[in-house]
Amino acid sequence: MARQSFKEVLLDPIFNNNPIALQILGICSALAVTTNLKTTVVMGIAVTVVTALSSFFISLIRNQIPTNIRIIVQMTIIASLVIVVDQCLQAFAYEISKQLSVFVGLIITNCIVMGRAEAFAMKNPPVASFIDGIGNGLGYAVVLLAVGFVRELLGSGSLFGFEVLSTVANGGWYVPNGLLLLPPSAFFLIGLFIWGLRSWKKSQVEEAEYKLAPQTKSSEAV
Amino acid sequence: MSHKDSLKHTIIVALLLCVVCSVLVSGAAVVLKPLQTENKEYARNRDVLVAAGLYDPAKHDKSYVEDTFKAFSVKLVDLQTGSYLTAEEEQQLGIDPATYDQRRAAKDPALSERVPPKEDIAVIKRQAKYAMVYVLEKDGRIDRVVLPVHGYGLWSTLYGFLAVEGDGDTILGLTFYEHGETPGLGGEVDNPKWKAQWSGKSIYLPDHQVGITVTKGGAADLSDPYEVDGLSGATLTSVGVDHLVKYWMGENGFSRYLAKLQAGGV
Amino acid sequence: MLEHYLGLLVRAIFIENMALAFFLGMCTFLAVSKKISTAIGLGIAVIAVLVITVPANNLIYQYLLKEGALSWTGIEGAAQLDLSFLGYLSYIGVIAAIVQILEMFLDRFVPALYNALGVFLPLITVNCAILGAVLFMVNREYTFGESVVYGFGAGTGWALAIAALAGIREKLKYSDIPDGLEGLGITFITVGLMSLGFMSFGGISL
Repeated sequence: MARQSFKEVLLDPIFNNNPIALQILGICSALAVTTNLKTTVVMGIAVTVVTALSSFFISLIRNQIPTNIRIIVQMTIIASLVIVVDQCLQAFAYEISKQLSVFVGLIITNCIVMGRAEAFAMKNPPVASFIDGIGNGLGYAVVLLAVGFVRELLGSGSLFGFEVLSTVANGGWYVPNGLLLLPPSAFFLIGLFIWGLRSWKKSQVEEAEYKLAPQTKSSEAV
Repeated sequence: MSHKDSLKHTIIVALLLCVVCSVLVSGAAVVLKPLQTENKEYARNRDVLVAAGLYDPAKHDKSYVEDTFKAFSVKLVDLQTGSYLTAEEEQQLGIDPATYDQRRAAKDPALSERVPPKEDIAVIKRQAKYAMVYVLEKDGRIDRVVLPVHGYGLWSTLYGFLAVEGDGDTILGLTFYEHGETPGLGGEVDNPKWKAQWSGKSIYLPDHQVGITVTKGGAADLSDPYEVDGLSGATLTSVGVDHLVKYWMGENGFSRYLAKLQAGGV
Repeated sequence: MLEHYLGLLVRAIFIENMALAFFLGMCTFLAVSKKISTAIGLGIAVIAVLVITVPANNLIYQYLLKEGALSWTGIEGAAQLDLSFLGYLSYIGVIAAIVQILEMFLDRFVPALYNALGVFLPLITVNCAILGAVLFMVNREYTFGESVVYGFGAGTGWALAIAALAGIREKLKYSDIPDGLEGLGITFITVGLMSLGFMSFGGISL
């Protein structure tokens, strides 16, 4: 494998190999926390921190980890880090940790963390793994932020809790689109996000399993 | 078999990992525990003040909340009789107002009872026999009391506080600190404009029946002291709020306690 | 009492559907839903694991981790001990162990089922629906009986959702879809529409 530069390792997962848009990883805990930007940002940071640190530690001891208990070792490291992050959130950002409720815990089973540990950290030195973790965490956070931005702006007319579009309920003109605060809207937005990304980066388009034959032209039909 | 896959090595790695992780996790938990408890208490105290109409996020900060809350005394009420528990009774039951957790008590067979399904309009299933109340006294008279209430809405159980003036009848405010209602529709129970309606309404009819009602959205006669306008587009949440207020102000809830307050002595 | 459990079951399957209302287990939900037969196999595996792990973790929470849970040991001071911060670590450990044991058990005694589920079982450890259901159980303080019912309901709901999605995707591959939307994109939008459909179960009073 050609050695990638740190910059590539960092930026590649954000656009070219986005964990959510291309690898279908880590969607589980992502969607439920994007109704407003505050929780989205905190979730993005939490996942980035956990991915980076777990990749770092796993890579640090990668030559010592016995193959047969590999998964459980990774799981233990990740779970410990998540507990520390959860405890910190409860201590320093209580309101937000209450809103995130079980979804902080679900970072443990976020496939991005596990996936990077298994695919990158087990084979690469600690610093590169750390940066790879940050890159993948950010790739996740970018999608989350995009979704959170649209949902909060159009769903409640505000950003980070500050009113941007004054809503009818508060005497303004904007009628908030309640659908965007409901769970299904997150799916639509990510679907559209993927569409946008793939129209830009054509190489990511999936081949259709069945192609429709072009319609017979009337002139040929005779 | 390579060196790192030997049984001895596997066990050593597993043990070392467990030790390191447990030290890390326990360390974080122990160090951060006091901060977390403080946060929890602060959030509850602030919610009590919000219901009592004494807190404005734009004006007040943390030290204000701490100072103001000190004026409140936390007491336990026996809902059957409507009077405060005496120190001996508390000791007998093994509960203490400072640490009492009403939600946990509602699951404890010794401290709670099943609500008969017919009377259970708030859909709470079990109810604690003793409820916490936050009492603010001014010049030797009870100025206001804040009562915990909860009940089922559309998606979730709503937990909140209802603040009542010292006369045991006039509502000061209603606030929900935990719910999972549809954002934008039922979630509007958090809207300050809607909450402001409650202030000044009366709970009880002259014969001490519960009079306060949440009507269908937009149908309320706002000059009527017993009517609160429901949330339009959120009929079931409004019905839920209506039921939970009726339940907690009724015979199973704080009716006897508030009657005593009304009569001037608890 | 029966009524209460029945209500809980219906809530867990339809109203609080793991996949369509809480987005849990999405990675496998999207990756393994191309064929109905594999989707159903995975669904059954998830039900089996949930029915065992949720009650098992319920016991661990009730008798080891919860504040004052250790008082049965009779050790002085145990009543004040609160180990709930160890929760995540214990739950995931229990899940991983049970999945492993289940795999060995099936291999030994029910080889037919093992061959049918084989490849999916290890995947389940990292399925967020399992850990999610356990965390919801802890959060809502279910009793042991409730946790059995909840585990079964949550699993059934998830299985139902993945089978339905696989059915749609089998038809979907014959449709003409814009290039960028092909595959993952259209699947997301389909799941969004399904989730919208499931929202209509809300407000059923049980």
